[in-house]
Amino acid sequence: MSGGRPFAGDDPEVRLRDVAHARQPVRWGTGLLWAVTLAAAAGIAWTVARNPNFEWDVVAQWFTAGAILRGLSVTLGLTVVSMLIGTALGLLLAVARLSADPLPRTLSGLYIWFFRGTPLLVQLIFWYNLSTLFPTLSIGIPFGPELASWKTNDLITPLTAAIAGLSLNEAAYMAEIIRGGLLSVDRGQYETAEAFGMTRWRALRRIIIPQAMRSIVPPTGNQLISMIKATSLVSVIAMGDLLYSAQAVYNRTFEVIPLLIVAVLWYLLITSILNVGQSAIERYYARGERGAPGRAVRATADAASAGDVR
Amino acid sequence: MNAPAAGTAPLVRIRGVRKSYGDHEVLRGIDLDVRPGEVVVILGPSGSGKSTLLRCINHLEALNAGSIRLGEEQIGYELRHGHLHRLPARAIARQRSRIGMVFQQFNLYPHMTVLENIVEAPVGVHGRDRAEAEAHAMELLGRVGLRDKAGAYPRQLSGGQQQRVAIARALAIRPELILFDEPTSALDPELVGEVLATMRDLAGQGLTMIVVTHEIGFARDAADRVVFMDGGVVVESGPPGEVLVDPKHPRTRAFLARFI
Repeated sequence: MSGGRPFAGDDPEVRLRDVAHARQPVRWGTGLLWAVTLAAAAGIAWTVARNPNFEWDVVAQWFTAGAILRGLSVTLGLTVVSMLIGTALGLLLAVARLSADPLPRTLSGLYIWFFRGTPLLVQLIFWYNLSTLFPTLSIGIPFGPELASWKTNDLITPLTAAIAGLSLNEAAYMAEIIRGGLLSVDRGQYETAEAFGMTRWRALRRIIIPQAMRSIVPPTGNQLISMIKATSLVSVIAMGDLLYSAQAVYNRTFEVIPLLIVAVLWYLLITSILNVGQSAIERYYARGERGAPGRAVRATADAASAGDVR
Repeated sequence: MNAPAAGTAPLVRIRGVRKSYGDHEVLRGIDLDVRPGEVVVILGPSGSGKSTLLRCINHLEALNAGSIRLGEEQIGYELRHGHLHRLPARAIARQRSRIGMVFQQFNLYPHMTVLENIVEAPVGVHGRDRAEAEAHAMELLGRVGLRDKAGAYPRQLSGGQQQRVAIARALAIRPELILFDEPTSALDPELVGEVLATMRDLAGQGLTMIVVTHEIGFARDAADRVVFMDGGVVVESGPPGEVLVDPKHPRTRAFLARFI
């Protein structure tokens, strides 16, 4: 632009060198790689589809069978309930773990240490067999009178044992995820909320947690997907989840592979739906971030209005 | 400047305030009064304790000794039956809600729009009606020249615009006192002017302000009183015409010499 000559005027060379009209190089290697990969994928899909051992007709026949759908609803129900309880309890544990008071901090640490440190399968079996340890459960004042008491066997059904086992285990993992999220928020935000007279819970709810969600959501999506598959462990305490129902069918019909495929397809379907949901939630909590779709505002519009103050 | 009447009772009374971090004593006995409507600018080299003093006033930092009173109340404590008791967190939060604060790093809530940032405390902490709070917020945005940015998110604004929103947010709680903690130190030089202009505007409107800054020009134009701090004590204090023009203390002179 030196000499005040207008840019890209009539000079043919300047016009030719304008990168806006440059051609992309032809990438033969990449194209070849695509072709080979697609051909291989199509080949595998074709082989799988035509292989009679997969018994696709049996898969189709059982895919929406009542027994399988009942199992599916158990899997989904357990996942949702355990995840909700686990997340709520995890939040309390995370806040306790960040407390200045050593008592909640230690208790929360012990909880997380125990429930993350023992296999979920063993925890489920313990909950299911709680009555062998404590034949009755009661609420009362320690070393004082009892207020209420139940027989353990009346309380612990396969369902309650499964929910207790899954959600208490989940809480330990969620506590660490949420704690990490809370720590990721700038300290200045805590201070600002404090300086404006917010109580601790209000600051958490309105200021800190919405910002922490950006780092809480992705690992929580992971947890949710693990949870869906972890529910298959409840078959050991006689809960009829998706996998258990598929197993129950093939124990009768001996169509092992097709029924496992039915289960796998359902697991994949749920996980895919969850992935879509997760992306939507991530977009929601990314609002206000640079580059996030928000209300359009002219980037540098305000040089003039700065003068308004004077 | 509307110089406050000399007879009025102080709004802020700071007496013998001491504060240490470990072995390092940052504040070593501070006495300071601020009258209603007064604009006090605290100057001093880095590490002189001026920001710490400001943060003690709304109890973001706890004192080791001394007392700070806002009107009739003592910040963080209560005198009952001849004994001083530490206040519970909820009561301290209520005291803080009387004081506005503007931070060096703006600290706007990044997940909220400009308007949401401003009405958060009036609605959530002070229990004001949302519509009324929003109308007030728009009026304040007009005063800082950012009416058209109500729906923007903080990251879409320049530093200077963010700090002006932060000032509007502090005004929105109708505070008895506003604390400014180095409000222009994090800004690009060309954006300092717009923020100082906003603050000068407020100083002329009878707000009680305590400003920690390095902007000598602002102190000269807008302050009723300049307080020079060094090494955790108040070295010198008085009207800008005296302290800035004819400083008594050699440390004040040495500090000011760097800006001339």
